[in-house]
Amino acid sequence: MPTVRIPSVLRKHTDGAAKVTAAGGNVGEVLRAVTADHPGLEEQLFDGDSVRGFINVYVDDEDIRYVSGLDTPVERDSEVALMPAVAGGDG
Amino acid sequence: MRFGDISQAIGNTPLVALPRLSPKGYTIHLKLEGHNPTGSVKDRVARYLIEQAERHGLLSPGQRVLEPTSGNTGIGLAAICKVKGYPLTCVLPENTSQERRQLLTMFGAELVFSPATEGSNGSVRVARELAAADSHAYMPFQYGNAANALAHYETTAPEIIADLPQVAAFVAGLGTGGSVTGVGKRLKRWNPDVKVFAAEPEYGDLVYGLRNLDEGYVPEVLDVDVLDSRIKVDSRKALGATRELAEVEGIFAGVSTGASLVVARRVCNRLPEGAHVVAMSPDGGWKYLSTGAYAPGDLDEIATAISGTLWA
Repeated sequence: MPTVRIPSVLRKHTDGAAKVTAAGGNVGEVLRAVTADHPGLEEQLFDGDSVRGFINVYVDDEDIRYVSGLDTPVERDSEVALMPAVAGGDG
Repeated sequence: MRFGDISQAIGNTPLVALPRLSPKGYTIHLKLEGHNPTGSVKDRVARYLIEQAERHGLLSPGQRVLEPTSGNTGIGLAAICKVKGYPLTCVLPENTSQERRQLLTMFGAELVFSPATEGSNGSVRVARELAAADSHAYMPFQYGNAANALAHYETTAPEIIADLPQVAAFVAGLGTGGSVTGVGKRLKRWNPDVKVFAAEPEYGDLVYGLRNLDEGYVPEVLDVDVLDSRIKVDSRKALGATRELAEVEGIFAGVSTGASLVVARRVCNRLPEGAHVVAMSPDGGWKYLSTGAYAPGDLDEIATAISGTLWA
């Protein structure tokens, strides 16, 4: 099953887990499976049907905005990572 | 090459091919910005921030300049402000490396520290508070100042086009977004087929020490539409590529260079065979020696040990 990496700021909704697994063939399905298991994440991740602006979602390191958004395919061994948007560290 | 003072000796950096580390059938080139006067790409930005402010009447002689910066922009600003006669205050995370602090102090900048746990966001917050309290200070604010991307649009990109007209793709790290936005727009104006990729550092948990997602931040300078993709690179991969660069190609670069190299190698197969890719090397490795990034030892252990300071 694909793994989903949870940033520290959201781990209070996953009982402290940094990684969870969730079934699904695309990012939308995987994230909905995660929020079904951890309902506290629903409001944190989604604004209606879309992912909130200050959160970046990556499948195998690539930002899904530049692939197919929530329709981006997820393989069984894929890693879906959620990261907060922050100011660049190299400034 | 002869210049009137240090502020005029910025730019015209070498573009160097990586014949041993490029994937077969492609050529990756590094734009070695460590060759700028204070050792980083941010010299270009610092000069534009100050000179655009002078041009628009936002900065008058002797006025204090205030900026949130984790290092390179501050060091560039410190040198420019020194020769132009502006006092400078830099707000930086308290985990910034010693080399950077010493350089800033030597150039005469005043340092104000923000909590390490808040990363660059914390520096932005503290600088905004200081600026609000001091109406005489001028804050260029590189994250939101169009002069940042303009420096790359008017200087970095034309140099790349002059040296490598067949450039097919450009890769740069995502900090303020100035490099990808400025270089990317100019390269695409010149040839709409050019692809632009951002290498996004994957910070350690420490840097993501936000209390909630509403504290997130996307720099106004970044134009996400210029990007063809955005790929994150963790500390271990970036560090591995950085060390490989020294070991195989004889280039001693900072860790952001390794991150861009990782992405450049990953995207080659999306380009036509024979394509030339330019990756940004923002600085050399000198300012990071004290972090242990280049010390002998096991890569995983080093990456773990320094993940809190690596990108700071």
